Amino acid sequence: MRNARPISARYRLAVLSRSVAAVAGGYGVSVLLAVAVAWTMPLSREEASIVATMIALLGLPIVMMACFYARTAFRAWIGLAIAASLLAGLAFAAGWRP
Amino acid sequence: MTWLHDWAGLIVGWLLFVIALAGTLSVFRSEIGNWMRPEARCCAADSVTAGSAAVHWLGKHAATSPAWYIQPADRRSATSYAVWTAPGGDFAQKWLDPKTGDPATVRDTLGGDFFYRLHFELELPFPWGRVLAGAAAVAMLLALITGIVAHRRFFVDFFTFRAGKGQRSWLDAHNVLAVTALPFHLMIAFTGALTLANLIMPWGASSLYRGDMAAVWKDLYPAAVDRPARHVPAPLAPIAPMLGKAKQFFGSDIAQIAILNPGDAAAVVSVTSGEDQRIGIQRQVISFDGTTGRPIAAHVERRPALRTFNFLYALHTARFGETLTRWLYFVCGLMLTALIGAGLVLWTEKRRAQRQGLGFAIVERLNIAIVAGTPLAFAAFFLANRLLPIDLAQRAATEVRVMFWLWGAILIYAALRPARRAWREILTVTAAACAAIPLTDLITRSMRLDRLHLTVALIALALAAGFVFAARRAGGRRATA
Repeated sequence: MRNARPISARYRLAVLSRSVAAVAGGYGVSVLLAVAVAWTMPLSREEASIVATMIALLGLPIVMMACFYARTAFRAWIGLAIAASLLAGLAFAAGWRP
Repeated sequence: MTWLHDWAGLIVGWLLFVIALAGTLSVFRSEIGNWMRPEARCCAADSVTAGSAAVHWLGKHAATSPAWYIQPADRRSATSYAVWTAPGGDFAQKWLDPKTGDPATVRDTLGGDFFYRLHFELELPFPWGRVLAGAAAVAMLLALITGIVAHRRFFVDFFTFRAGKGQRSWLDAHNVLAVTALPFHLMIAFTGALTLANLIMPWGASSLYRGDMAAVWKDLYPAAVDRPARHVPAPLAPIAPMLGKAKQFFGSDIAQIAILNPGDAAAVVSVTSGEDQRIGIQRQVISFDGTTGRPIAAHVERRPALRTFNFLYALHTARFGETLTRWLYFVCGLMLTALIGAGLVLWTEKRRAQRQGLGFAIVERLNIAIVAGTPLAFAAFFLANRLLPIDLAQRAATEVRVMFWLWGAILIYAALRPARRAWREILTVTAAACAAIPLTDLITRSMRLDRLHLTVALIALALAAGFVFAARRAGGRRATA
């Protein structure tokens, strides 16, 4: 990505979009991961909260990497949207109300 | 992934370098504290005696405070540590003599706790320092994972070191430091994020408890009795018998004493067990009614998820460790710091032949100020501890100020000098500052020929030698490869 070609505005925009997807979107998805795990774990409330936190913190860097691994920035956003709705749906089914 | 590794690493690299070096020193937080307070003799203190003395002193000097927290002197720490809420609502802290409870006989310094606090609070107001440190931990985890992905010839490169070849050597050094202690780096990044999880990832708990964080704390710490003050004055029952009972209940030493509403009829004394030899497997808490001294709640942590969490937390702080474990943490921490430093230098080496605009210049100068400047600023903190007048007003704060002013001066110096000269000169001064640590210890007559002072002297001299070497390399032939 760092070669002699001048960097186009389009490319810069795509990188910015991915970075926002990774940081803000990635954090959002891992928050929903925490919520989904917390509500679905068959444990006491405090135990489920702790497990959820640990899993969400492991998930966060993986989701962030996935945003950069995706072929285009647009696909990264689509992936985030799918993951977010799946996790939110799961949590909702388990009784979570935002 | 290489691209992500380079940029994610650069953005948090400077912050992580400081956090890693401060964290490495925090491994010997108590020992650095003992070195910085040579007036207090280490370490014959009995935690019950030390705790009682601290409570006695607080009763005289912080009687109106709503809460006291005490870490009694023990076999590692020569002083007791007390923190309480001052009348203005701010926290006040003192390091107390283990026998008399009096802070006046010990010089006013933050000691090793300075590095410990800097490690995760970054001298920023709550909660921003902690949030930033938590984000840095997540970014470090990200940089580690992308680094592993980017580094395809993982094991072949491990046996490769090409010295004196510019960029290639920096890459090899970066790789060797990363791979050798990779399990440590991954562990410390993840557990580091976990220690700040209540700030950066509280959402599982807050959604389950519908935002009632007080209920979360109640469930997490069932033996921490939190009852409001009744505003009826009542003297605190003798503390030593309570501490003795707590010790008996734990079967191990005391780590912390919390006294809520001291001097009130609703006073509560909560004692937490130490982690000696067991990696936080069983965190135990016992609470007493402050006026009668009778136990009112006790808890031995047996819940699996919480034990896992405590285990991971303890893995980060290494408080369970004996001397050997701590030295391993120290060495791995230094490797991590060097790995981050090499990565930062590598970023500029990789791009030196290409664009050299303003962005490049900023990165290069910040690299000098952080990679060479942080060790110098930290060494200056040790020197300030010895050289500032003992009875200086606000001495502890002045030590910190000296360090930050010097850091600022280094940044300006690095921005103005030619880069290579700045590297060489700052590294040379760092070497001199490290060598001066045992010297000032000797000159100020604080030095005792015991293991602590000799170890500090040896480490300082070894670091000085390392910085002399680094300064010579930085000033030697430019290997642009």
